[in-house]
Amino acid sequence: MSLAPTGQNATRVDLLLVADMIEKGARVLDVGCGDGALLKTLIDNRGVDARGIELSQAGVNSCVAQGLSVIQGDADTDLDAYPDDSFDYVVLSQTLQATRNPRVVLEQLLRIGHRAIVSFPNFGHWRVRTSLLFGGRMPVTENLTYAWYETPNIHFCTIRDFVDLCDAIGAKIEGGVALNGSGDKVGLQLPWAVWNLFGEQAIFLLSRPR
Amino acid sequence: MSAALDSIANPEAENPSSLVARFGPDKPLLLDCGVALTPFQIAYQTYGTLNADKSNALLICHALTGDQHVANDHPLTKKSGWWLNMIGPGKVFDTDRFFIICSNVVGACMGTTGPASQNPHGDGVWALDFPVVTIRDMVRAQAMLIDHLGIDTLFCVAGGSMGGMQVLQWAASYPDRVFAAMPIATAPKHSAQNIAFHEVGRQAIMADPLWKAGRYIEAGVRPEKGLAVARMAAHITYLSEPALHRKFGRKLQDRDAPTFSFDADFEVESYLRYQGRSFVERFDANSYLYLTRAMDYFDLAADYDGVLARAFKGTKTRFCVVSFTSDWLFPTSDSRAVVHALNAAGASVSFVEVETDKGHDAFLLDEPVLTATMGGFISSAARARGLVGGAL
Repeated sequence: MSLAPTGQNATRVDLLLVADMIEKGARVLDVGCGDGALLKTLIDNRGVDARGIELSQAGVNSCVAQGLSVIQGDADTDLDAYPDDSFDYVVLSQTLQATRNPRVVLEQLLRIGHRAIVSFPNFGHWRVRTSLLFGGRMPVTENLTYAWYETPNIHFCTIRDFVDLCDAIGAKIEGGVALNGSGDKVGLQLPWAVWNLFGEQAIFLLSRPR
Repeated sequence: MSAALDSIANPEAENPSSLVARFGPDKPLLLDCGVALTPFQIAYQTYGTLNADKSNALLICHALTGDQHVANDHPLTKKSGWWLNMIGPGKVFDTDRFFIICSNVVGACMGTTGPASQNPHGDGVWALDFPVVTIRDMVRAQAMLIDHLGIDTLFCVAGGSMGGMQVLQWAASYPDRVFAAMPIATAPKHSAQNIAFHEVGRQAIMADPLWKAGRYIEAGVRPEKGLAVARMAAHITYLSEPALHRKFGRKLQDRDAPTFSFDADFEVESYLRYQGRSFVERFDANSYLYLTRAMDYFDLAADYDGVLARAFKGTKTRFCVVSFTSDWLFPTSDSRAVVHALNAAGASVSFVEVETDKGHDAFLLDEPVLTATMGGFISSAARARGLVGGAL
């Protein structure tokens, strides 16, 4: 998938927030690592042992040419090979909604890594809701630029849907951030319903079921 | 040796236009088949300069019909080296930074001991008395050469096809001696289809009456027809249908209409005949039998209880695996099996599937994505190895 399957214009402030969640020197797998921006940040600034998986040839080429350890592969099919507990963190950034089986992928992330960091576009955002409510068409916004017939994003979810999925697989939510359209954090103390309405993107730090 | 033999035997087999490392009875090559090959010699070429701490050595492993003349004109065909596009000052394998070694594999015919070499225990050449060798034997011999050169750890081992098999074997057999590994267009085992194609080639050679049960050199003849057919069949597998179509289509060769004969009416026929003809000038038929056999026997996982990941357990080597979309001889699924095993072993691995219609042979051609991938990997590995700037 391209750097951001949500759309070419998607800003990647989420990358910096993801990087902030990762401890120095950790072992990290970035699934859907795009052109390697997060991997590069992690390696340069945090001394992380970082690996990546990316579907697009352009993304992989760019990563490998920069000397990053990235394999061409697919979140749906290539996570099986990794043994349990092989990473401290597995990152799935703006990719969950483009996988064929998000539940299985999420379970794989938490099998391979002690923690998973998942960021995704929130389909519960007010712009999306009003677009569908008043426009009567599948939303095409600044961050969701694809028309319905060409979008790689086949499994959109809202923040509440995602929280339900975490409950269903017993994943523990250790932290989370919702970003509004300007990339600012939605107030931390506010209830889920507010996040779900005003968060354009969400980032969750999960740990595995006990 | 008689005058007739002189003209038929390849002078490169015994006295190659290469550097030669000779190993006497004190250093036999212990083969998988149980034979201790002794004495034996390895013909090799080097490019660039070995640095003071011997940390910049890069071993190139050649493919089935390649040889050590990777970046210089070939002594027999006078054609330029088979990976000249990758090796030289400022290129991917930068001769200003790296000391590049390429040796002829054991069993081949360009100066390393093989079936066309003199049999020290008999009158003539080894022919079929030469022991059957494996990919692991080739790598053992290379390791002896590296020892001979006083090099402890190779900065990188790289190669495509059969060369890639050697790269994988190097990483499995000598993990501490390989800093970086680049297996390209290769497989952890030879497939049934590939063994089948090899068998067609071998049968073509053995069906040639001039093969004479392998004793053709003494008879002053060569099974050129059989070897050429073997090469023609194999050559098809190195290309792809789209590439053949693009290059030849159904175009006729120097004629406006079919001749209603079995002459080479089509360009593609003429091309294949040329490939066959030029191959026999430089390659020994028995070597072709031995080297194809070595590839057939290759099954890296088999040496590790059938689990490929165990071949790479605990490896510190960094890998860059490359495959090509139109390669049906060593398809991407083979490379992906290697990648999955390396992932399972927790190894550092990069993997690129290069989009091209040029088939298996793409690894020898100017493919910008291949060059960029290899270049990026080598540069970052060199930084990690502390190899900055020039070699010295």
